[in-house]
Amino acid sequence: MDPSDHLFRREAGRMVATLTRIFGVHNLALAEDVVQDAFCRALEVWKFRGMPENPSAWLMATAKNRALDVLRRERTARTFAPELGRLLSEWTLIPAVQELFESSAIEDDQLRMMFSCCQPRLPEEAQVALVLHILCGFSVGEVANAFVSNQSAMEKRIARAKKVLANSKKLFDVADGADLAARLPAVHRALYLLFNEGYHGASAESSIRAELCHEAMRLAALLREHPSTSTPPTYALSALMCLHAARLPARLGDSGDLRSLLDQDRSRWDAKLIAQGEKLLDRSASGPEITEYHLEAAIAWAHSTAPRSEDTNWGLIVSLYDKLLAIRPSPVVALNRAIAIGQHQGAQRGLEEIGMIADSKRLAKYPFYHAALGEFELRVGKQGDAREHFQHALLLARNREERQFFKQRIGACEVSEPGEAT
Amino acid sequence: MSDFVYLYRGGSVANSPEQMQQVMQKWMAWFKQLGEKNHIKDPGHPLERGGKVVRGKQKTVTDGPFAESKDIVGGYTLIQARDLEEAVELSKGCPIFEGEGTVEVRPVMLMDM
Repeated sequence: MDPSDHLFRREAGRMVATLTRIFGVHNLALAEDVVQDAFCRALEVWKFRGMPENPSAWLMATAKNRALDVLRRERTARTFAPELGRLLSEWTLIPAVQELFESSAIEDDQLRMMFSCCQPRLPEEAQVALVLHILCGFSVGEVANAFVSNQSAMEKRIARAKKVLANSKKLFDVADGADLAARLPAVHRALYLLFNEGYHGASAESSIRAELCHEAMRLAALLREHPSTSTPPTYALSALMCLHAARLPARLGDSGDLRSLLDQDRSRWDAKLIAQGEKLLDRSASGPEITEYHLEAAIAWAHSTAPRSEDTNWGLIVSLYDKLLAIRPSPVVALNRAIAIGQHQGAQRGLEEIGMIADSKRLAKYPFYHAALGEFELRVGKQGDAREHFQHALLLARNREERQFFKQRIGACEVSEPGEAT
Repeated sequence: MSDFVYLYRGGSVANSPEQMQQVMQKWMAWFKQLGEKNHIKDPGHPLERGGKVVRGKQKTVTDGPFAESKDIVGGYTLIQARDLEEAVELSKGCPIFEGEGTVEVRPVMLMDM
């Protein structure tokens, strides 16, 4: 087995989703126990006898048998999923459980769980943590690690979120079209945040970052496969993920140094992902709605089609940022727009635009805000000011790569300062 | 060549799917390595935790064994090695030690004929 294939993790999400459907969402903890148990058995047996030919099927069959045991043993003591009353009779138990373990049912279960995790009673960051924990099989420690968050804080956050989920009476009903359409934007948002945590987040380990991006893409693919969730925004979100993920291999240079988009070796961009992103972007172009995902995907596409950074169509990118700012105003979007304007019309204009960002106080802790100021100051020849900005960014840097990057930029100020050498 | 049995005891259970997969992959790599050098006579099996214990002239049957999990034999493997020393050396690659488990290496007693 390829060690980069996270089989257990992936199967954990599918198994918990299906078992929760059978046991009822209030028995989430029981479902998790059964999954843990199935993995323990797999671990024991496989380490001696090797992997079975179809490990996923083996795990699912084990989970199914444990589920039957639990249902038989506890059906008088517990109530299970209310919508599955026929589990109560021994005659219908086995065929009913069999049916729930059909592969198409399992795909739907994951969708149900995804929508259930993204409920409005939970804050967005709790939704994302829950998705990663339940559907992607990350332990609480691994979620904390991925978000560079403190373990006990993450434990509390996930425990609270699980309680809300377990109290929600039943899993989200994906057959109800109106409910589904109303909840879908929250699901998009959670997957977007999950992807962004991988792409822009503070974790220093590139393997963790790639995994988060990969998980978000896998869940987005589930949305694309289901007829009622394969909407234009779903395609746009998927396109955006592909086009960004295509650049992951070029984000770090040969010596592990962080590379800004403009300095990346573009030959290392993943051409297959770019092509896939383009295709998805095409499919997203229908219907009346232009979402932030459409615009961000289009911006990523504009970058990916420029063979060299100097070929970038900054005019197009600025106009896309204008539209993005109109539908989702945020200081980070405004900053990116200002940077694009600086690239398009010169550093001085970039500085003016950064100066005009409303609510720029919220960027004070964002290292790349100061780095953008530094970059433009450097270009207009104010090395002293530039150095100060980069030093500020360095203080805020969240990991080794970022620190190294800002140090190198500080170095660039020294080298080009006129008169310094004399 | 002589035969030896490895008896595995304890070893921590990893608690996330990812960690479990890693533990399993380490075991499979270790077995593969032993197998390639023809040291494995039988990979053996894991053993279920619970069972029955029959004892005494009365042949009393009780549930068990009840022992701490670090003391319970969790599985066995039949190994071929030159001598006890080599069998011990080979056991040192076992991933069980990362989880504080033990390997008991026991020569199989053979009848000289």
